[in-house]
Amino acid sequence: MTLLGTAAQPAQPLDPKVLPPKRRRGGSTSGTQRIAGWTFTAPAVIAIIVFVVVPVGMALWVSLLKWNGLSSPFGGGAEFVGLDNYKRLLSTDGLLRQNFTIGLRNNLYYVLMVVPGTIVLAFALALMVNQQRLKGRGFFRTVFYFPSITSAVAITVTFLFLFQNSGVINQVLGWFGISGPKWFVDSRGLFQTIAQALGIAPASGTPMWGTGTILGLPINQWLAGPSPALIALATMTVWASSGTFMLFFLAGLQNIPHEVDEAAFIDGASTWQRFRFVTVPLMKKSLTLVALLTVIGSWQVFDSVYLATQGGPQKTTLTPAFQSYQVSFKDGDFGGGAAIAFVLFLIIIVFTVGQRLISREKD
Amino acid sequence: MSRSPRPLRSRHRAAVAASAAALSLVALAACSSDFDDSASPSSSASGGGATLAAPNKEPLTIMIGSSGPAETTTVQDTAKAYTAKTGIKVTVIPAQDLTQQLGQAFSGGNPPDLFYVDPARVGLYAQAGNLYPYGKDVDLTEYDATTLQSYTLNGDVQCVPKESAGVLALSINTAAWDKAGLTDADIPTTWDQLHAVAKKLTTKDQVGLSFGATRDRVGAFMVGAGGWFMNDDNTQVTADSPENTQALTYLQDMLKDGSFAWAADVGAGWGGEAFGMQKAAMTVEGGWLPSVMSSDYPDVKYTTVAMPAGPAGIGTLNFSNCWGVAAKSKNLGGAVDLVKFFESDEQAKAAAKSFGATPARLSLADWTKENFPDQVVYLENLDKSKGPVPVPGFDSVLADFDSKIEGLKTGDPATILQETQTNGEAALTAAQG
Repeated sequence: MTLLGTAAQPAQPLDPKVLPPKRRRGGSTSGTQRIAGWTFTAPAVIAIIVFVVVPVGMALWVSLLKWNGLSSPFGGGAEFVGLDNYKRLLSTDGLLRQNFTIGLRNNLYYVLMVVPGTIVLAFALALMVNQQRLKGRGFFRTVFYFPSITSAVAITVTFLFLFQNSGVINQVLGWFGISGPKWFVDSRGLFQTIAQALGIAPASGTPMWGTGTILGLPINQWLAGPSPALIALATMTVWASSGTFMLFFLAGLQNIPHEVDEAAFIDGASTWQRFRFVTVPLMKKSLTLVALLTVIGSWQVFDSVYLATQGGPQKTTLTPAFQSYQVSFKDGDFGGGAAIAFVLFLIIIVFTVGQRLISREKD
Repeated sequence: MSRSPRPLRSRHRAAVAASAAALSLVALAACSSDFDDSASPSSSASGGGATLAAPNKEPLTIMIGSSGPAETTTVQDTAKAYTAKTGIKVTVIPAQDLTQQLGQAFSGGNPPDLFYVDPARVGLYAQAGNLYPYGKDVDLTEYDATTLQSYTLNGDVQCVPKESAGVLALSINTAAWDKAGLTDADIPTTWDQLHAVAKKLTTKDQVGLSFGATRDRVGAFMVGAGGWFMNDDNTQVTADSPENTQALTYLQDMLKDGSFAWAADVGAGWGGEAFGMQKAAMTVEGGWLPSVMSSDYPDVKYTTVAMPAGPAGIGTLNFSNCWGVAAKSKNLGGAVDLVKFFESDEQAKAAAKSFGATPARLSLADWTKENFPDQVVYLENLDKSKGPVPVPGFDSVLADFDSKIEGLKTGDPATILQETQTNGEAALTAAQG
């Protein structure tokens, strides 16, 4: 009897007419297939259990402790504090909650920029590369995919260089008469700058309106918008990850039969109508998948923040993942860091479940 | 969605069995007694108990956060020399990320015997009972008293500096100085003079003074005004004080009239870069500046002077690293003996010649002055300096302070310091609790 169950056998003899067709004992085809299936997936399953499931379980345990990382958390080296870390994170007025709320706000704007940006760019690239008439499609596919396989450090350093105060981006903007912001120094949010230009918000200092707080952060700060640094990081992520998702869309596009497209063309549909009423509905699955992956990925952004800005300027690129690292390794408060990670996990679950509900309703 | 050909009951059974396997793995790991849990931190914190035993034959490991190949080679050579002298085997482990690897080693119960410790982390390690305070086993008169303060907790000296502590000093671009028509008599010795000189040196392309927006530079001005984040024995947070407000207001005035700018505002990553790229005529940096300037910006001619005196006199910050000895070392006597060997004349001089780490012991101070004249200015005024705050968990508070002073030009110094005070008190309570 294997660990993973055998085919159910009836305990008593039943009426032969209603029994299912007699199975051969000791290894029917589906039984062997099942064993073979589990044997082939066993290494991956074991690896996932050992390197993902068990550490997640350990992290959950750590989030219930006050642990400084310098002794064993399993041998009584750390004090059990229950849900104290979560309380400090979500309800106690202090630096931990303040940073967490700022991180949530920043990450929310980041998600709102990266998800649509990546989907649009990747879809556009996939459409371009999918055209029959385009010569050298393989070449373009490689070129568009290249950023995804380039080292994140190399990309970040290059973008830091491009977005310098007097760097390439600002010089190009200067050609159009726009004086670009100091990308990694200016901490004012986009909407705040617009409001200041329109006179709704005071030129300096905090506005008098929107002083009520959500999770400890005033509403006018929630609405301040992404800072130039966050916009720069979002641009970098959209550019770097569009290649991978272009391949997802390409696979989806190539699954659309030519006949459907030709039939629409013969029926007299314009290019835009063909795109809107034929291509997009048939790409629902790819769109959902890419949206799901980008949402999950952008809520966990850490690399770019760590390499480029370390949370600055003035905490406008601080994200929960980066804060988890800072709190754990710099402050020696691994319990707090783990609590941040699990609250982030719950947020991502809420977003993905919500997304699946929305996409299912449309069906 | 139930399209599987397997009957529901066996799938259910399989799921239960798989999750039972996973949970049992977690339970096994949680209840594992592989870790050394004979830790009793109280013994280390209260002074280590009996007098130090003589070195035994147990091998020693050293973990270092090396500044480069020169340092690694030198430490390895010293280790070999010690083995030749005493017969105790010594292994050197250069760490990629010392903080992380050291933390992992401590939590795994198998730490290296000797390691570098940053004064900002010494409180965390001491509190966890990871350090053996060998201050009583060495001649402490050989070390500068101010530097030792950074490493003294609960009255015990936890470790001794591995090189002499360096302070921050003011570096001036001589070409810009001459161009502005300034002479040696104009070298600033007070804050007012610094402000005046910075104004004169500010041009369209170059700001008079620039350094990074961090407590590791602004703190020098806080000390110069007579304030600091903590009181002398690190038992009280003193961030919100009139002295600190005065220091921040002084810097804010300079920001407002354009004679001073943060390094990031002029497009540099730190003060030294702004200075080297000649975007700033003056900067405040430490003993690492000469080697960076000679390798990256060799064309810039400059001179370095002591920090100007504020209302409470000269104020600056000191930076150092110490040799930590693990409380769980199996050869405590050998580890402390090895520290003394590293600090001995021959080895300390070799280290200085190899990678510029000037010796910590005061009896070698004259030798240092002779052989490293460009470091002399960084070794003075130690008694007027403060080291990093050693309270565990203070890093977030200071990071928050750093992010707020980036906006000092339009911000309010009193509010910034009040918020730092509140956060600091919360962190101190959490650390003591």
